[in-house]
Amino acid sequence: MYTQGLDQAEKDESKNEHQETPEQLAAFQARIDAEEKIEAKDWMPEAYRRTLIRQISQHAHSEIIGMQPEGNWLTRAPSLKRKAILLAKVQDEAGHGLYLYSAAETLGVTRDQMVADLLSGKAKYSSIFNYPTLTWADIGAIGWLVDGAAIMNQIPLCRCSYGPYARAMVRVCKEESFHQRQGFEIMLTLCRGNDEQRAMAQDALNRFWWPSLMMFGPNDTESRHSAQSMAWKIKRFSNDELRQKFVDVTVQQADFLGLKVPDEKLEFDKESGHYRFSEIDWQEFFDVVAGNGPCNKQRMQKRRKAHEDGAWVRAAASAYANKMAAKAAA
Amino acid sequence: MSEQEWPLYEVFIRSRGGLSHRHAGSLHAADDQMALNNARDTYTRRSEGVSLWVVRSDRIVASDPAETSAFFSPAEDKIYRHPTFYDIPDGVENL
Repeated sequence: MYTQGLDQAEKDESKNEHQETPEQLAAFQARIDAEEKIEAKDWMPEAYRRTLIRQISQHAHSEIIGMQPEGNWLTRAPSLKRKAILLAKVQDEAGHGLYLYSAAETLGVTRDQMVADLLSGKAKYSSIFNYPTLTWADIGAIGWLVDGAAIMNQIPLCRCSYGPYARAMVRVCKEESFHQRQGFEIMLTLCRGNDEQRAMAQDALNRFWWPSLMMFGPNDTESRHSAQSMAWKIKRFSNDELRQKFVDVTVQQADFLGLKVPDEKLEFDKESGHYRFSEIDWQEFFDVVAGNGPCNKQRMQKRRKAHEDGAWVRAAASAYANKMAAKAAA
Repeated sequence: MSEQEWPLYEVFIRSRGGLSHRHAGSLHAADDQMALNNARDTYTRRSEGVSLWVVRSDRIVASDPAETSAFFSPAEDKIYRHPTFYDIPDGVENL
């Protein structure tokens, strides 16, 4: 998922520094309106390109950082089966990051630049990954709620106007449904267990519920920049529409598990057919996005260390490739 | 960054025997063998293929999207290349 980047301003969006003519812009919008896909080498407005680079790279960074909270439980999974499954899931997250980096590169940004922006803190990733995974039940909650929210967001992205991004999302979505199901199954197993296990599942839901709702980004009234993304058909549904959809399906799943959603005001509104829920604590959201969540520092430190520790491997592979190329040329 | 970025490769997958290879995406690798191994791990984790091609992206020669209509125009006025161009009277079978 992890498309919170859509709501950030493009600094010089209003300025027309690239001498784009009204005719060019109109022709481009006409292609979008006709549901044509835009491909890498096609003409596109600079702002469209930059919006996509920001969103896709942020999405990729989220997949990469998202490996950490789950990786935390790889060595402590309760059985060999759970460990093998979790390993496969974490590997998928790496794969998703790679599909997305490739899609972003088609827009003219280099992989090195994107990695540098992540490591310097210039680029953001989804707020959800700055929360700790304290118990095994958190792995269940992440699969069920975080991947569930991700799927809500990602399915419309499969129809995004930018071809390479849409195609990467088709691939991601296929794999994501295994993630959500394995998470729900962990929760189900705990909920069918003893009191202590049920309490653990409830505790994980309590901690991950609100951060999961925040994944959809600010309320529509606060999210001015999504209008342009909607017009460009990068985004197909508003933040609040997707959040409502997520709440509607997830509350019923929580009922099935026998768990209580941590919201006193949650109630079903018969007239609209939707669940009504409390206002989100946006201060918490903005704090986490600003770098002050429970794990922001730790996540970045770990990512930087992994990158630095891998430097000699990258250097060795390059040296070997150069040597073999020289040998072949001789 | 002082490190040299590894070259970009395009990945093509034959999903099963009898079908042609189809573009799946791209990746970076230091050399051809690493590109194949990375393509396997990145694009075929669920047995999506029986054969992989990787080719360096800078070796691909592509038509220019800005010239699409001019480039493909020679085919546009040759509707007689399609079977529907020809009127065949009712009653003529197997044609």
